[in-house]
Amino acid sequence: MQNVELEPKTEDFKPKKLRRKKFRPADVIFVVINTLILTLAVVITLYPILNTLAVSFNDGLDALRGGIYLLPRKFSLKNYETVFQMDNLLTGARNSVLRTVIASVLHLSVTALLAYVLSIKEFVFRKPVSMFFVMTMYVSAGLIPTFLLFRELSLTNTFWVYVIPGIISAFNLLVLRTYMNGLPDSLRESAQIDGANHLTIFLKIYVPICKPVFATVALFIAVWHWSSWFDNMIYNPRDTNLTTLQFELMKLLSSVSSQTSSGNAYGNTTQSVAITPGSIRAAATIVTSMPIVVLYPFLQRYFITGLSIGGVKE
Amino acid sequence: MKGSDAAVTENEKDIIKTDGIASEEEIAAKKREAAIDRRQKAYNATKSSTKQSTDDRGRKSKKQKEPREKITKKLLIRQRELIFITIPFILYGLLFYYIPLGGWVMAFQKYKPKDGLLGSKWVGMDVFVRLFSDDVFIGVIRNTLMMGIINLVLSFVFAIGFALLLNEVRLKLPKKFAQTVSYLPHFLSWIIVVGIVRDMLSMDSGIVNEILVGIGILKEPMNFFGQPNLFWWVVGFSNVWKETGWNSIIYLAAITAINPDMYEAASLDGAGRFGKMWYVTLPGIKATIFILLLINVGNILNVGFELQYLLKNGLVQSVADTIDIYVLKWGISQGDFSLGTAAGIFKSAVSIILIFLANSASKAAGEERLF
Repeated sequence: MQNVELEPKTEDFKPKKLRRKKFRPADVIFVVINTLILTLAVVITLYPILNTLAVSFNDGLDALRGGIYLLPRKFSLKNYETVFQMDNLLTGARNSVLRTVIASVLHLSVTALLAYVLSIKEFVFRKPVSMFFVMTMYVSAGLIPTFLLFRELSLTNTFWVYVIPGIISAFNLLVLRTYMNGLPDSLRESAQIDGANHLTIFLKIYVPICKPVFATVALFIAVWHWSSWFDNMIYNPRDTNLTTLQFELMKLLSSVSSQTSSGNAYGNTTQSVAITPGSIRAAATIVTSMPIVVLYPFLQRYFITGLSIGGVKE
Repeated sequence: MKGSDAAVTENEKDIIKTDGIASEEEIAAKKREAAIDRRQKAYNATKSSTKQSTDDRGRKSKKQKEPREKITKKLLIRQRELIFITIPFILYGLLFYYIPLGGWVMAFQKYKPKDGLLGSKWVGMDVFVRLFSDDVFIGVIRNTLMMGIINLVLSFVFAIGFALLLNEVRLKLPKKFAQTVSYLPHFLSWIIVVGIVRDMLSMDSGIVNEILVGIGILKEPMNFFGQPNLFWWVVGFSNVWKETGWNSIIYLAAITAINPDMYEAASLDGAGRFGKMWYVTLPGIKATIFILLLINVGNILNVGFELQYLLKNGLVQSVADTIDIYVLKWGISQGDFSLGTAAGIFKSAVSIILIFLANSASKAAGEERLF
């Protein structure tokens, strides 16, 4: 340590370095390269989405010729008209909205209550109960036993298989608990002295204070449910009434890739000349991603805090 | 930093004012002294910050050593409300997370749905023997592991690099814009991302092929999805496209916690923008990087299945199938529950072993650890 302290004195000192230079060629080069790299990153991120947007507003047959980049060449709303007339997509949209809303509310409120209990330091079973749930992050039974359990519980082929499993996610629990741990104990204790019970304290004091972290976790849950299709494919593969938007989108995707289907496969035969699976998919992609893409910039500061407190261990 | 700059120039003015008649040498000497002083301060600041963090650690370990409160009847009665609230959660956890673990016995049975878990014939390790003598499964392990490693490396390099570069942007608005744009793909589902990847890499109108042919790297458009040796990289870079911005959030948060004095000390040592980024920012987030690395090493076999399942086709099947897809194919589609469960157990076991290995390696190296 002493070495370090002495270092400045022993070193041959150059007063030149004292003043911060306004202009350093190396720094300018760095800034230029940095700007170039980040601009490239932004372009790579945005281009595919803007391209999909352009294709979705373009006439389907015309799009097959290729060469559409950022703007539609032959503007048309036919793709969207068709998408909004496809019954399976509408059913899927209904189910996706339902499961996203129900899951966000249910999972968040249940996890938050548990997080509240586990944030109380004098609770005797705090440690074991926390471990009980944290363990589930690392040890999971796997697909087959889970599948059999859901079948035993008659959850398969019902809507409830979307929202009942996974109510308590250990990660969300840790995010919420860490946030609540940061609140002063006096908040709870003073209410307890006034005779409030824990449920009241949770609802009346903690819920209003925890709004920012609730927004974060609700967003995590909502994104997960809005994007999920796997459970649909495994547990409800046949019932068309239980289909979700993403699952329908997946079917569109595979039909495009197999190249066997023609425009005729999609509902309206009179319009089939103008639409193609590719352009339908572009329109469906835009419609499907709209809700969350419009929403997330407003929630940005919430999820940033949420990730920062919960991302690293506890 | 601005504030301290102003202080410095004022200091220098002072020197010149008070010692108006002093020779240049003396001024230089005073400046030198001032610089040493400032350096010392910066050094002290970093020292005290590290000291504080070790103090924190000390406090933490003390907390853990606190004698546990004895569980008495009185205490249980006093906390009965909390206990009542907890009971349904425990029941739920048992039912959905722990009871399925009992299904693992299927891996040691010749499980038949009509006989049930208790009535099926026990076969010992036969299922595992069958599993590991299947060349397809060996290939599946290789695919999963390779994609896991490629994903891990790419996602770390890109997320850390992006966070470092973004941190160097001084203009608020462009920074905010780049940040917001970078999070966007995280909110798209894999279905949509796969659709986009297919469009971009497609042979007839994909922009990637157009560019590669345009600048002469390729002679004619290439079918990215028909090349077994490219599949892992397509998966890896699709992941990078979707998650880089999202993964960088945590590094950006860690960067804000770095002591600003460190940057000043680095400038005094003559470090430029790049030098500060490389020698101050990057070491400053080392702890975060290690923790995340540990978590992700344990998850290396969880390369998922969505992306591979959606991207694969007959041409690349042999390199695309992951353990999850194997379980899905044998377990759900073919109805061989025993084989599917055994593959699942193998995956869980490897994950747990990896977490412990990484943890103790990190402990041995004197770095952060998970537990």
